[in-house]
Amino acid sequence: MIKSLEELKQIRDKYKDVLQNREAEENKIRILVGMATCGIAAGARDTINAIVEEVRNQNLDNAIVVQTGCMGFCYAEPTVEVRFPGQSPILYGKIDAEKGREIVRRHVKGGEVIREWVLRG
Amino acid sequence: MAVRMELLVCGGTGCQASNSNRVLEVLREGIKGANLQDEVNVLMTGCFGFCEKGPIVKVMPDNIFYVEVDEDAARKIVAEHVVKGRIVDEKIYREPETEEKLPEQSSIPFYRKQIRIALRNCGKIDPENINEYIAADGYMALAKALTEMTPEEVIDVVKRSGLRGRGGGGFPTGIKWEATRKSNSDIKYVICNADEGDPGAFMDRSILEGDPHSVLEGMAIAGYAIGAQFGYIYVRAEYPLAIHRLRVAIKQARELGLLGNNIFGTNFSFDVEIKIGAGAFICGEETALINSIEGGRGEPTVKPPYPAQVGLWKKPTNINNVETFANVCPIILNGADWFAAIGTQKSKGTKVFALAGKVNNVGLVEVPMGTTLREIIFDLGGGIKGGKKFKAVQTGGPSGGCIPSEHLDTPIDYDNLTALGSMMGSGGMIVMDEDDCMVNIAKFYLEFSCDESCGRCTACRVGNKRLLEILTKITEGNGEMEDLERLRELAETIKDSALCGLGQTSPNPVLSTMKFFYDEYLAHVKDKSCPSGVCTNLLKYYIIPEKCVGCTACARVCPVNVIHGEAKKVHVIDREGCIKCGECYRTCRFNAITRK
Ligand SMILES: Cc1cc2nc3c(=O)[nH]c(=O)nc-3n(C[C@H](O)[C@H](O)[C@H](O)COP(=O)(O)O)c2cc1C
Ligand code: SF4
Ligand code: SF4
Ligand code: FES
Repeated sequence: MIKSLEELKQIRDKYKDVLQNREAEENKIRILVGMATCGIAAGARDTINAIVEEVRNQNLDNAIVVQTGCMGFCYAEPTVEVRFPGQSPILYGKIDAEKGREIVRRHVKGGEVIREWVLRG
Repeated sequence: MAVRMELLVCGGTGCQASNSNRVLEVLREGIKGANLQDEVNVLMTGCFGFCEKGPIVKVMPDNIFYVEVDEDAARKIVAEHVVKGRIVDEKIYREPETEEKLPEQSSIPFYRKQIRIALRNCGKIDPENINEYIAADGYMALAKALTEMTPEEVIDVVKRSGLRGRGGGGFPTGIKWEATRKSNSDIKYVICNADEGDPGAFMDRSILEGDPHSVLEGMAIAGYAIGAQFGYIYVRAEYPLAIHRLRVAIKQARELGLLGNNIFGTNFSFDVEIKIGAGAFICGEETALINSIEGGRGEPTVKPPYPAQVGLWKKPTNINNVETFANVCPIILNGADWFAAIGTQKSKGTKVFALAGKVNNVGLVEVPMGTTLREIIFDLGGGIKGGKKFKAVQTGGPSGGCIPSEHLDTPIDYDNLTALGSMMGSGGMIVMDEDDCMVNIAKFYLEFSCDESCGRCTACRVGNKRLLEILTKITEGNGEMEDLERLRELAETIKDSALCGLGQTSPNPVLSTMKFFYDEYLAHVKDKSCPSGVCTNLLKYYIIPEKCVGCTACARVCPVNVIHGEAKKVHVIDREGCIKCGECYRTCRFNAITRK
């Protein structure tokens, strides 16, 4: 039973994540994870799940995580690309789950490009 | 593990009819098979509006829009898109004219000019899960109204927003609420009109199926504003899915205390009950609807008194349309100015239209008031099917009229459409091309009105019958010039003397086609010909000598043996005996037979 505005807000916040995947506005930061066969073999699934979780944990509702096909850097999988709206994309290589979380914290949230992992950009 | 990808499967009536339930199962099985069920979610949403291209599956957050997804395509979407991140090319929407592939929903012209207020949650949330509605700010407007606003303030916001009734008449909603509030009575009612009788209209159904809570919440806010504790939703029995979703929604809202006693701990109580109607067009008229809920005959009564004074069980009653209620919550949350900034001077906000007929993209669109007919038909609708020529657009259903090409650039609002002799109505929009005969179209709508007239007053019961007789006479080639005068005179008389809106508007299709397409009437009456080749009795069949190769096929199918000619020589139709069955026309493989 909801008996106050506060209680309604609690439910709203609890389920807010549910809709986060469904907002596709173009002005959001996009995090692309290569999920072709090569990427998956290299562990991209763990990477993408870690990134999604970290985005939720950091409450970044201006970022969406999308999987893409092969980006042509099979030797450096898993690859992760960060695109800020209106800026040129930054591509990272050999990103495991832990590095993925760090990219979310430092680059997506903090705005810092982590030079030593960059493949292109 | 957090869900990172969602597959939204349309669960509207249209897509369910093309088997989207099965598509949903196949997607779920496939995802389970790939052991991705914790990361990838499959859910059923309401209508996306693009029903003709259904079943629709949308993949988020990739924002990829798949059309006409069958079981095989569903398997492919899992194997390719979900598992490997590769878009399944053949199920992407293609521009009908350029064949260009447009994978993202926002790039499809059909969606580009839309602003979704009433349809905001349709195709986005699971309508059977109240938590998703709440996550999308659901019930926040009700909470705000109950805890921060007086009923007068609620009415004031709705008044200043400029919201007008979406059920057809376009009466200002705030003023209606104010009138009902001012009627003195302990007991008052809120009614939601979900009868939706216009042929071709399905916006109310889509809202109820895709976002039922938005209507319940709007009704509760109306109840608070006017001082009512009880609401009815009058919905036709032909809408089983809408009724089901409403039932689920009411149950969930009651469980959370969002309907019932002392909502949000205030002393406001409100509950809603569903009333199922048999689906008579006249029962959408508010006084007939009230009679029907009371268990009486679905016949209109004379106004005044209006329902705001004497309504259901003789108590003050506020009756609004589904789409009207769906607009209320965003207005309360975002303010009157936000809403009033959208639209034209006298018609604010958006309107949902059901685009149908000879356009490439058929479906539901929600556009700001003031969008032109041309934008809707040619930009969103993708133009006329098969590259044919636009002739007219019918708006307002059986109460409306036909608008010709010279008025395509008219910004659509209540007043402009009325000035053109048509109506906003509930938002039906049927596009006609060069192959449509306007006299026949008028006849079609009149047949509908004759069938649906409740028979209470003579002008409508008998008058419409006579109108139809004259029209039939004209389309059969027996019309005289005096008939055209009679038509007009009788139509005006019915308009002036019928009791309710049905009779008062039923001659509109005749009057508007006479106004804009008089030459077609003249052709039928004077030349005894139907320029569009629709009225079979008026058709004359000819063989074009240059094209005829003398194959004898037509002569053999002609049931009255009036086609003559030797094999390999040009054939001739003896038109005296021709019964206009059209058999030869359908048989000739050389396009050598024409009819005019
Ligand atoms: C013949 C006839 C049929 C009608 N059918 C409907 C209908 O199906 N749905 C509807 O909302 N209003 C219908 N109306 C309009 C209602 O009488 C009433 O004006 C409307 O429900 C008021 O709601 P609104 O102010 O929100 O538009 C009809 C009116 C007439 C005359
Ligand atoms: S106008 Fe027609 S539908 Fe309306 S009350 Fe008269 S007979 Fe009935
Ligand atoms: S079917 Fe066509 S081509 Fe054959 S004889 Fe008739 S008109 Fe001529
Ligand atoms: S029912 Fe699926 S798009 Fe309308």
